[in-house]
Amino acid sequence: MPKLTIDEKEIEFKQGQTIIEAGKDNGIEIPHFCWHPKLSISGNCRVCLVEVEKMPKLVIACSTLASDGMVVHTQSEKTIKARNAVMEFFLINHPLDCPICDEAGECKLQDYAYSHGVGESRFDEEKVHKRKRVELGPRIMFDAERCISCSRCIRFSDEIAKENQLTFVKRGDRVTITTFPGESFDNPYTLNTVDICPVGALTSLDWRFKTRVWETSSTESVCIGCSRGCNTEIWVRNNKILRLTPRQNEEVNETWMCDHGRLNTFKFVNEEDRVDGPHLNKNGELVKVEWNEAYSTAFKKLKEFKPGEIAFIGSAYATNEDNYALVKFAKSLGVTNIDFLRHTIPGDQDDILIREDKTPNTVGALLMGVKPLAGGNGSKQIIELIRSNKIKALYVMEDDLIGDDSEMEKLLSKLNLLIVHASNFNKTAQLAHVVFPASTYAEKHGTFVNFQNRIQRIKPAVATEEMDRTLDGMSQSRWDKFGSKYDRWMQGKKFDANPSWKIISRLSGQSNQQLKYDTADDVFEDIAKSVTELKSLDLDDLGNQGVELGSQKVGSAKTVNSELS
Amino acid sequence: MPDKKRKKDLTFAQKLYLPEIFKGLALTFKSMLKPSVTMEYPEVKFVPPAAYRGRPVLVEEKDGTERCVACGLCSRVCPALAIEVQPEETELEKERYPKLFEINMIRCIFCGFCEEVCPEEAIVMSKDYELVFTSREDAIYGKDKLLVPVDQLKDRLEFLRNFK
Repeated sequence: MPKLTIDEKEIEFKQGQTIIEAGKDNGIEIPHFCWHPKLSISGNCRVCLVEVEKMPKLVIACSTLASDGMVVHTQSEKTIKARNAVMEFFLINHPLDCPICDEAGECKLQDYAYSHGVGESRFDEEKVHKRKRVELGPRIMFDAERCISCSRCIRFSDEIAKENQLTFVKRGDRVTITTFPGESFDNPYTLNTVDICPVGALTSLDWRFKTRVWETSSTESVCIGCSRGCNTEIWVRNNKILRLTPRQNEEVNETWMCDHGRLNTFKFVNEEDRVDGPHLNKNGELVKVEWNEAYSTAFKKLKEFKPGEIAFIGSAYATNEDNYALVKFAKSLGVTNIDFLRHTIPGDQDDILIREDKTPNTVGALLMGVKPLAGGNGSKQIIELIRSNKIKALYVMEDDLIGDDSEMEKLLSKLNLLIVHASNFNKTAQLAHVVFPASTYAEKHGTFVNFQNRIQRIKPAVATEEMDRTLDGMSQSRWDKFGSKYDRWMQGKKFDANPSWKIISRLSGQSNQQLKYDTADDVFEDIAKSVTELKSLDLDDLGNQGVELGSQKVGSAKTVNSELS
Repeated sequence: MPDKKRKKDLTFAQKLYLPEIFKGLALTFKSMLKPSVTMEYPEVKFVPPAAYRGRPVLVEEKDGTERCVACGLCSRVCPALAIEVQPEETELEKERYPKLFEINMIRCIFCGFCEEVCPEEAIVMSKDYELVFTSREDAIYGKDKLLVPVDQLKDRLEFLRNFK
C-alpha cells in the first residue's frame, strides 16, 4: 500500500484517495466546510489548505490526490496562517447572530472560529446585508446572510436527492442561493440539507426556535416511518420529543433520512390523545381504571370465549418482543386465529430510502410467528368470521383496524369483546371494551427487523410513569442530571403506559409462568432460544448498527459514532 | 513555679472600679452626641449603589418588548440552574424572543454570571433585595415579575458600560 506522511505520521492510504480522506481514515482531521464524504468535491471553501513539501503553493486537501511519499503539514506556520486568513475572510460578512441562530452549539463555523480563528476582526465596514427569512420550500427557511456559499445543499439535492432544485445566483459577496424560477425546494429529502449545512443558513421550520441543542438529550433509535428503518437520534427536552435526526449506518441509510420520517413519526408521542392509563368501557363510556382491574377484567372476559371464537391481531409497528409475547399468549389460550395487517402505499417508493411498506417491522412480525397457526385464519378470514358472528372476541395490539373505514367500524362494534393495546385513542381504541395504554417506540427497549433482514435496536428516549431516566440508564440532558421534582423543567408529562410485551406478561402472568418477563432483554433471550433466524443472538451483539440476520457472527457488533458533518 | 503574670490580672487602679466605670460612661456619652449611622429599616429603605447585585431582572424596552432574544446563555452559565428559557419566533427584526423566562429565586445565588454572559445586556442585576415568598411555586419568577422598564435600570446599565 502506498504511504504518505501527515504531520510526521506515516499513514497508508488507498490509491485514489485525497489527502483529506486519507487523514480522516487515520484519525487526522483537516478542517473543512464544503467537503462532505458523501458529496462530490467542490473545493470552494479553502479552509482545508495544507502545505505539501515540494509544492510551490498551499493546496486544498479535499481535492489533492494523495500520492506515495507525499509529505503533508497541517500544523505548519504557513498552513495555520492561511487557515486563519480564510476564517477571517468567512467571518467578514457572517453576521454575529449566534445568540439568535439555531445552529449555535452544532455550528461548524462557530467551532472553527474557536479552533482556527484569530479571535478578532479587522473589518470595520458595514457587513453585506441580505434577506434573513426566505422560505425556500415548505419545510426549509433560508437565511442568506448566514450562508457561507459552501454549496453542500446544492450538491446534495443534485447528487443524493436527485432533484436539481437549488443554485447560486449573483457573484462575489452578493452571491446567494435560490431555487430555480417557479420551483420550490420540496423534494422528499430537503431536511438533510439542514443537517449538512455547516452554518445556520438552512433551518428546519419545524425545529427552529424550539430549544437550544445543549438543553436536549439524544437517544439512538430507529425510524418507524417505513420498512427501511433509518437509524435516528431522538432529541428530547423535559420528556418531550423535539426532533429526529439521522444517524450514520452505511448499510441502511448512510447519513440521510426522508422528511416524512423526520417530521411525522414522533409527534404522536406527546400528543393530547395519548392513552394515559388503562381504560374500561363502563356503560358505554371509556373510564380510566387501575391496572389490576383492567388486567383481571380483560383476562376474565377472554376466558369466557372458546379459543375458536377469539382472534389476535399483532402489529408490524410493534417490536419483535411485543409480537413474540402476543403469539405466545395466543398459543397459551389455544387461539389459532392470528395475523397482522400490512400497511403499504403501492408506488410510494424510490431508489434512495423510501419504501412502500410503511411499517418498520413486517419481517420481524413474520419471524415472530404473527401468522395464522395450524387451522387458524388470516386477517381477511378473521374479518369475514366477525361478520358471520363466529369470532366474538378480538385482541388488537398496536394497530388501528378502522382508520377511515366506516364499514369496519360497524363490524367491530358487533364484537362481544374488543381488547386493544393503543398508544393513542384511535377509532379502534374508542370502540374497545378494554384499552391498555401501549408505550410508543420512543418509550421502550426492543428490536425491529427491516426489509433488508437487518435486526436493529431501539432504546427509550421518553420516560413513562414506571420509568426513571437515571435508574433506567436513559440518556440525560444537563437538566435531567441535576433537576429535582420541584423544578418546572423536570415536570414534563409522563404517560401511564407500558410496552405491549409487559402488558401481555402481566395480563397472563397469573396463570402462565412461561410469559413472565421482567425486561425486554428477557423476552429477547427467549426469542433467541426459539426463533431459528435469531439463534444465539444477544442484544449486545446488535451494537448501534444492527446485524443482518443469517450473517450473524460472534463479535460482529458494531458501534459507530456518527461524525460526518 | 513563680506566679505568672496573666493578662486578666487587674492592676491596682482597675481594682478601684469607679475610674474604669467613668471611663466607659465617657465613651458612651461621646457616642450619644455623634450623628447616628443606624438605618431605620424597613421605615427607611436602603438604596444600594449601582455595583450592588440584587435580584436579576429583564430589561423591558420603551416599546414594551423584552430586550432578550432567548439565546439561553444565562440559563447555560447559571451554576445553580435557576433560569429556564424557552424561545419562540417573533415577527420583530430580532427574530426570537423568550416565550417563557423563569428564574427560580430559591436556586439563584446572585452571582451575576447571567448578566456577565448576556450578549444583549438584557438581563441585569437590579437593586431589589426584598425577596419574600411563602411557597416554592411563588419563588419562581416569570416574565411578569422579571420585566423592568429600561429607565429604572439606567444606573446598572451605565455601571456595566463603565466597568465591565
